[in-house]
Amino acid sequence: MTRESIRKAEGIVALTLSTLAAFVGLFWLVFILGDVLVHGIKALTPDLFLQDPVPVGVKGGGLRNAFIGQLLITLFATLMGVPVGVLGGTFLAEYAHGKRIARMVSILSDIMVSVPSIVIGTFIYAILVKPLGHFSGWAGAVALAIIMIPVVLRTTEDMLSLVPWTLREAAFALGAPYYKVITQVVYRGAATGILTGILLSIARVAGETAPLLFTSFNNSFFSTNMNGPIASLTVSIFQYAMGPYDNWHAQAWAASFTITVFVLLLTIAGRLIIKWRYK
Amino acid sequence: MTETVELDVKDLDFFYAGHIHALKKINLSIYKNAVTALIGPSGCGKTTLLRCFNRMHDLYPKNRYEGQILFQGNDILSKDTDHIRLRSRIGMVFQKPTPFPMSIFDNIAYGLKLKGIKRRSELSEKVENALHHAVLWDEVKDKLNASAYDLSGGQQQRLVIARALAVDPEVLLFDEPTSALDPISTAKIEELAVKLKTEITIIIVTHNMQQAARMSDWTGFLMLGELVEFDRTDKIFTSPSKKLTEDYITGRFG
Repeated sequence: MTRESIRKAEGIVALTLSTLAAFVGLFWLVFILGDVLVHGIKALTPDLFLQDPVPVGVKGGGLRNAFIGQLLITLFATLMGVPVGVLGGTFLAEYAHGKRIARMVSILSDIMVSVPSIVIGTFIYAILVKPLGHFSGWAGAVALAIIMIPVVLRTTEDMLSLVPWTLREAAFALGAPYYKVITQVVYRGAATGILTGILLSIARVAGETAPLLFTSFNNSFFSTNMNGPIASLTVSIFQYAMGPYDNWHAQAWAASFTITVFVLLLTIAGRLIIKWRYK
Repeated sequence: MTETVELDVKDLDFFYAGHIHALKKINLSIYKNAVTALIGPSGCGKTTLLRCFNRMHDLYPKNRYEGQILFQGNDILSKDTDHIRLRSRIGMVFQKPTPFPMSIFDNIAYGLKLKGIKRRSELSEKVENALHHAVLWDEVKDKLNASAYDLSGGQQQRLVIARALAVDPEVLLFDEPTSALDPISTAKIEELAVKLKTEITIIIVTHNMQQAARMSDWTGFLMLGELVEFDRTDKIFTSPSKKLTEDYITGRFG
């Protein structure tokens, strides 16, 4: 074979392998999503959102408690995680810019991002559940907030770093103090990026089960009491999918479908914001 | 013709990051209601000097000044200078246009709001004045709420000038304001700067010697951190007293 035909053959092999790999990945993704879609839509009823669970053997019932619980936990996690993440990112990009501490915190949060979420769940169990003697919605929210913080912090830092220094200098040159430069000019320049980061971090924690198993646990009854165990969609899916009853399975499918759509919508919203801003 | 000295630079030394000696024993006077141009090859210290006037170097750690800059008699390099107040009296326009990510109106109103002006009617009036001043009003009057990023580069630069003018500065610093612009926009900015000198004092850093010759009344030529020559512009460009100046102006180096 000539040198040229060898090169050509190599090219074809590489192309084939990478195409194959892409299709293998895509196949499973479509399979999972398709499965969730087919089973989920079938089981999707208004009762799922409007009814609480009913005793085993009784027909009907839904997961209203889990939807509300999930909403509460995610909401409070966002309220705790986003301010800490945004302010921390601001500290790194602005006040500690170029300092060693900034590098260190950045690296630490990169590590935090990849810590398995169950580790965070057990950690919160040790400091907020065990000492208090009971599971609670608050513990769940704190666990999710801790997962959110490094994500929001790093996005905020990156987005603020993208704002050119000349823009800050221009604001300084008008006689603005630093905190006004940051809040009125730099945040505006980075707003869409930070917002996207926040949305993606919510999407990230909305699908978490492990940290909630150890913290907010579950509750078969409707509860908005964040001081006690509270139901969540992900833990309910876990419990129902493991259970022996067909209508539990159906509800787990429907809940999976709903949460997937929710995460999908958040992600799409994040993408759209980026597109709209940087078109 | 007697002239008032607005800014008096006395034995100014400047060090970047504590040890890089960027300006060496600079002495010059900036006259009120005149345009002073600072020229010289890249890295000569002209922008460094310009940024001393509004203490821009203080944004970065370990920069150090020695000597004095008297602004209407007061040393602005002293420790108790209020940077915020100083910068509202000495404005600055940068090389690349720096509109803020907000509407045209809000860009101009930004400095006014910093000064504590809140009433909408007063803001509107001052914004309009500033835009007239920077000869931009006719081009933007119908789209004050549009993003400042929608404007062309030349318009953005005039917007930035309007923003600087809105807070009524006494001195305006231009750091190569036209190097990113086309010839027509450049001509507009030059015209504008010359027109403005009836009210304020202007210092401009430029790479373009024709620009210095066209616009300025006084010219300072810097090299390697030292002020080689400072004189009336026509003198510098027709009969400079130093050989080095003549070589630079005639294009023998730089």
